[in-house]
Amino acid sequence: MSNEAILQTGVGGAHTAGVHEEHHEHHHHETFITKYIFSQDHKMIAKQFLITGMVWAVIGGAMSLLFRWQLGYPNEPLPMWVQDILGKWWVKDGHITPEAYYALVTTHGTVLIFFVLTAGLSGTFANLLIPLQVGARDMASPLMNMLSYWFFFTASIVMLSSMFVETGPFSGGWTAYPPLSALGDASPGSKTGMDLWLIAMALFVVSQLLAGLNYISTVLNMRTKGMSMTRLPLTIWGLFFTAILGVLSFPVLFSGFILLIFDRNFGTSFYLSDIFISGVGPLPHEGGSPILYQHLFWFLGHPEVYIIILPAMGIVSEIMSINARKPIFGYMAMVGSLFAIAVLSFLVWAHHMFVSGLNPFLGSIFVLLTLLIAVPSAIKVFNWLTTLWRGNIRFTPAMLFAIGFVSIFISGGLTGIFLGNSALDIHLHDTYFVIAHFHLVMGVAAMFGMFAGVYHWYPKMYGRYMNNTLAYIHFWLTMIGAYLIFWPMHYQGFAGMPRRYYDYTPWVSFDHFEGLNRFMSTVAIIVFSVQILFLFNFFYSIWKGRKVRTQNPWGANTLEWTTPIKPGHGNWTGEIPEVHRWPYDYGKDNREFIPQTTPVGADENIH
Amino acid sequence: MSLFFTIAVVVLIFLIIFQIAKAAEYVAVLKGEQKSNRQQNKINAFLMISFLVLGLIGVYWSNELFYSKTVMPIGAASDHGEKYDQMFTWTIIITGIVFFVTQILLFWFAYRYQHNDNRKVYFFPHNNTLELIWTVVPAIALTVLVVIGLRNWFAMTSAAPKNAMEVEVVGKQFGWLYRYPGRDHKFGQTFYRVIDDGANNPLGQIWRDSAALNLHADPANFDDVMPTTLYLVKNRPVKMIINSRDVVHDVGLIHFRMKMDAVPGIPTTIWFTPTLTTKEMQEKTGNPNFQYEITCDQMCGNGHYSMRGVIVVVTQAEFDAWLSQQKPNYYAAFPEKDPANKVQVATPPTNPNTGDTSRLRGTSGNPVGNSPNLK
Repeated sequence: MSNEAILQTGVGGAHTAGVHEEHHEHHHHETFITKYIFSQDHKMIAKQFLITGMVWAVIGGAMSLLFRWQLGYPNEPLPMWVQDILGKWWVKDGHITPEAYYALVTTHGTVLIFFVLTAGLSGTFANLLIPLQVGARDMASPLMNMLSYWFFFTASIVMLSSMFVETGPFSGGWTAYPPLSALGDASPGSKTGMDLWLIAMALFVVSQLLAGLNYISTVLNMRTKGMSMTRLPLTIWGLFFTAILGVLSFPVLFSGFILLIFDRNFGTSFYLSDIFISGVGPLPHEGGSPILYQHLFWFLGHPEVYIIILPAMGIVSEIMSINARKPIFGYMAMVGSLFAIAVLSFLVWAHHMFVSGLNPFLGSIFVLLTLLIAVPSAIKVFNWLTTLWRGNIRFTPAMLFAIGFVSIFISGGLTGIFLGNSALDIHLHDTYFVIAHFHLVMGVAAMFGMFAGVYHWYPKMYGRYMNNTLAYIHFWLTMIGAYLIFWPMHYQGFAGMPRRYYDYTPWVSFDHFEGLNRFMSTVAIIVFSVQILFLFNFFYSIWKGRKVRTQNPWGANTLEWTTPIKPGHGNWTGEIPEVHRWPYDYGKDNREFIPQTTPVGADENIH
Repeated sequence: MSLFFTIAVVVLIFLIIFQIAKAAEYVAVLKGEQKSNRQQNKINAFLMISFLVLGLIGVYWSNELFYSKTVMPIGAASDHGEKYDQMFTWTIIITGIVFFVTQILLFWFAYRYQHNDNRKVYFFPHNNTLELIWTVVPAIALTVLVVIGLRNWFAMTSAAPKNAMEVEVVGKQFGWLYRYPGRDHKFGQTFYRVIDDGANNPLGQIWRDSAALNLHADPANFDDVMPTTLYLVKNRPVKMIINSRDVVHDVGLIHFRMKMDAVPGIPTTIWFTPTLTTKEMQEKTGNPNFQYEITCDQMCGNGHYSMRGVIVVVTQAEFDAWLSQQKPNYYAAFPEKDPANKVQVATPPTNPNTGDTSRLRGTSGNPVGNSPNLK
């Protein structure tokens, strides 16, 4: 399908190449519904993903504050107005109940991982950047793209509604290990709450598959003339591998969920065997294996963390090169390491199961493969460092977050070497060390990638800038706060402090961390309010931000900056530009930057 | 009232920050974008290097504050644990070097190569030698770690020595059950369908024939002991056979550096040799309340945090004395079979968990709660 043919079928922009933008406005009135709600314009869908992701980030973040309050201030009642909002199921005697605590922990994890850092991050930037940076007028299938958002939206509604059922939302941890997740008698959260959780996740998987297939086909088939795969910006490479990971791994998760649904509702025994529930008695299930679910879950679960981090890596590479005014170091190595990470991510899942009773020999294979993944990660870090070396760095807010990303990624990544080595994992498994590790390496780091992307492409999204001063405050407080929260957490892990505990006071071994817990919870509250500042900046600037007056405000090489300041549906008013070079010719031959659309001059050096 | 006050203060702070930010933007426009950009760039570059310096001080400081609170300075209380701690130290050293080198380079480069109108950037798209170096060096370092790791892994997961004491640990919502094989050194067979908390059979020991379930009483069950606390012997290897009655639990032994899931239907095992008695640990840590605790490390329901078990490590002599006083669980279920039954009827065995969990807040959501044995 050609680029131009797409638009003939699209609802929103049935204009042909060469038609002037204003012309288009006159002839094709878009209603509010087709422009803002059921839009098929990839840029609008990107904004929909972003803003829905933001809503979820606020909900999920606020949940973490509630359970951090319980950990940090176990003896102090919640503020009255918080109690009033939450109501009786959640709060008893001023404290979060254990049921509510576990529901919050579970939903925080599910929402942040899937709805914010998967849909919010790759949903936003894949939609926004893939057509703009490969030189396409829209996605391969704008309709599928629209459906992908609305499946995600429906999943969101179902997940949200699970907060309000009588037996409470699902509370068995985001990994939803059976038998706990399969048996309503074992935990009230595994009753209706779990049904809704499963429906929401199933809808989410559908959304991801629709999106992923679309991203892959767009990148493969709809690149503009001259845009060979090796001339793609690294953002696109990151998003491309992400989409492939999603398409290959989400169906496996889905199959795991299907079996779980059967066990829950139709009396099968895929995951259940030899179970006696106190107060209920022996269950009829025999012969199943809870470990089977763990394999199916982590076969997605591990690629999932790369689904989260690869787009951030791509975004950071792009922004770092632009703002260091210097080509990204080792483009092919960057692509190669993304590829290596993508392949290896399918071969390491059982490192989450070292203490599940896994055959030690099998465990050793997974140690080998897991630590292998550190090599491409190391290559990436050193390449980023070399990109900065002898550059001429502009500290735009996006660049700050890109540098912050590298710092956080190093800190969080190195602790992965502890956890990936099975013998060391024994003591650290399921302790706060793990919490610190993954919050840094995929939580905060991916958030930083997302912030960098938002600040950098905001002018493209809304034709305005966000406020710089607020952005600087946002960056520095978030950076400092992230380290203050998660750095000391490693020590709780060294002490073997288990995660997902509602109350540590009865424990001789962990009771002495009270002060540290209070400190981390307090910092978390501050960091959360700083994010509100960011949201305010974001929404205020949509209408009141400083206007963008130049087509290419950052002096970047990629194609999105050759479109009009506020591109309509179809992106380019004239022909789609042709590409003549890779996107990283910064500082070449004493020219500050050479856009991809510039033909290679006769006197130019060939690197 | 205080609510409105707090909200007012927060809103006010936001407003002030916002006004400053707006003003800064206007000033920037007035001064000319280039000039203000240059200024902002300098400030941020300075903050980068400050962050590095303060961050490094913070790393040192938090280590001073918190390292002593972990279990690492006490040292491990098992043979596996000693190996673990060595490997841990080596991994800290290797990753620590990488951490400091990369973080210092990152922030130093950010500061050093901040924007300068006169600087010409160095067009440096790739260099095979460099890339080869930082592919090979990490690969070698990781190989070293893998070799150390796998040697320890195979040592820790190897088959238990022949002379190991065997003990069964079973998780349930929300507590631990322990069983010793008794004089015959053989565990009696269990079947989950004959579990009966009310009849003192929390593990489902098969001690009655059942035609319906096609079961035959296993005499090996008659002398199995189910104490309330787990006793282990110093310097004697112990093999734990771990099981679960309902959902996935996890036996976490932080001082022995051991951990293993308890999976319903699939028994797992670990073994290790305790090297310090509880008393010795109390002296070593200077904490008279010190106890070896069993944690549950796998989310198992709303009472997950309350699954506390206690291990007491004693000498062989103390252990023998203790064990001789334990009555087989069989007699608790069938008091009439107990040779000394008259005394026994009055005092059923105490529940493994009531003593330890009574300090916890109530765990609603489980109808049975913490003390099934006493029902």
